[in-house]
Amino acid sequence: MAEQVIICKDLTKRFGDFMAVNKISFEVNRGEIFGFLGANGAGKTTAMRILCGLSYPTSGAATVAGFDVYKQQESIKRNIGYMSQKFSLYENLTVLENIEFYGGVYGLSRKTIRSRSDELINQLGLQQEARKLVGELPLGWKQKLAFSVAIFHQPQIVFLDEPTGGVDPVTRRQFWDMIYAAAASGITVFVTTHYMDEAEYCNRVTIMVDGKIEALDAPQALKARFQANNMEEVFYQLARGAKRSSD
Amino acid sequence: MKTLGFLLQKEFRQIVRDRIILVMIFAMPTIQLIIMPMAANFEVKDIRIVVVDNDHSSMTARMFSKIGASGYFHIVGYASSYQQALSYVEQEEADVVLEIPAHFERNLVREGRQQVALSIDAINGARASIGGAYLTNIINDFSQSTALDVVRDAHPVTANTPVIQMNYSIWYNAREEYKYYMVPGIFVLLLTLIGGFLSALNVVKEKEIGTMEQINVTPIRKWEFIAGKLIPFWLIGMIIFTIGLLVAYIIYGIVSVGSIGLLYLFAAVYLIALLGFGLLVSTYSANQVQAMFLAFFFMMIFALMSGLFTAIESMPTWARTISSLIPVTHFVKVVRMVMLKGSTFQDVHMEFIYEIIFAVVLNTWAVINYRKTS
Repeated sequence: MAEQVIICKDLTKRFGDFMAVNKISFEVNRGEIFGFLGANGAGKTTAMRILCGLSYPTSGAATVAGFDVYKQQESIKRNIGYMSQKFSLYENLTVLENIEFYGGVYGLSRKTIRSRSDELINQLGLQQEARKLVGELPLGWKQKLAFSVAIFHQPQIVFLDEPTGGVDPVTRRQFWDMIYAAAASGITVFVTTHYMDEAEYCNRVTIMVDGKIEALDAPQALKARFQANNMEEVFYQLARGAKRSSD
Repeated sequence: MKTLGFLLQKEFRQIVRDRIILVMIFAMPTIQLIIMPMAANFEVKDIRIVVVDNDHSSMTARMFSKIGASGYFHIVGYASSYQQALSYVEQEEADVVLEIPAHFERNLVREGRQQVALSIDAINGARASIGGAYLTNIINDFSQSTALDVVRDAHPVTANTPVIQMNYSIWYNAREEYKYYMVPGIFVLLLTLIGGFLSALNVVKEKEIGTMEQINVTPIRKWEFIAGKLIPFWLIGMIIFTIGLLVAYIIYGIVSVGSIGLLYLFAAVYLIALLGFGLLVSTYSANQVQAMFLAFFFMMIFALMSGLFTAIESMPTWARTISSLIPVTHFVKVVRMVMLKGSTFQDVHMEFIYEIIFAVVLNTWAVINYRKTS
């Protein structure tokens, strides 16, 4: 049995009458790539924000990296990386300045930041752009950089909220190579997406419909169970019953 | 503390990189401080008079020349009737109608008293009452000297009627120049506007572009974040304050009578309070438009109720209470007192305590209301 870094039990978030997240339960193992699928409005982002310590759950229990989501958000934050849907690097700072800032905020020393950022710039092949403003980079590069910044402090878990939205297929492929490399280095990857081909890259996926988890398994097993050729078909079978309109 | 270093480095880099804002921060107060005190002038001058002279005597001629020579009035027209004079006022060509009755000189000499009529356009109440008072003074003065002449002519020997004479000695603003009052006020207002808006909008901008959420998911401490925002703007504020003092000196020749150190001490605490206010606004706003309106709402109150333009003493009690709850009120008062009167810390220590309370309350409130987890 692998070590579990995220444990959710009946986790619920209610906004008034609206059950954004309705009693979800699951575990994520260390080092796995855990896909979180669902239509827009299914509750993926809300669930992820609770696990990142950005939002209080209404009821249920969850621990992330061994810390409680009600009381130990700040300890959770020290152990995770997060990349939101909204591009969130500073556009008027250079590539190196962004890396330096976020590294510093996570408590890395200037020396560590310097050596790791040199390494990172070489890996990404951004030597020419290192001193350019982030705002001048193409979107695909920005996304890759944002991911690299999210794992720069070598967190236990990285949360990615629709990280490949709006980027071309080649860049998406490269992005997933980076995700694999991160997972290989021992970082647990928790990723939401609505690209079903990306779901195939995950070790296990959950499919959320109307705030509930409708399925949770390895992609192969899900395809077998629903007698589908690909994840897209699995998703359609489950999401067809959705009541919430997608936006 | 190490985190704070990284935050400050980032803020300064961003401030320096935003050239337009940077230029605005320093050019705006300089230019406005040069222009506005000249325009924001409440001195009552150049009051336009139409006279209806039904007497045409040498005495009325002397009266008009005295009025014209006072420097406050100029006679824009002579009307043959009150109706005609009134049409000047209706067409915004005159402010006051002075009507002299027929046989004014003859009756004055004969009866010792006469009445003249003053009709004043009171749309601008302050101008009307001050202008009216000036004119009344001039006419009283005139009538007194004329009366003495009349009396002297009649009874040349017993001409020393007792008269109370008043002598003035004007302090603190010896030339009674409005700019001495307005420059420190406008300068504080500019500092307030820039500091308040910059801090309010800056944090909200981070919310809008999504970096705020990224910050909230890091282990940064709330006070570190707030301090990281406060310190750069505090420094900018102190630089603006210095520019203001220099402009007051270079352009208006105003040198602080009191201690410059005391002014800086107050500015330092006042800015912390003001920036705390800006940060508080930002914690209540979701986007820059909301922050702008919210800040604007308070800035208007700050500008109009802090005693900058109007005397707090003449406000109703409830307004005075509001006024005393505004940090600007106390700061404006102190800057005027220290710069013009040379007040010492002893004179303004209560204001210092107020400013400290504002600084502590507003910043604590901002830190509490800033939530990393919602």
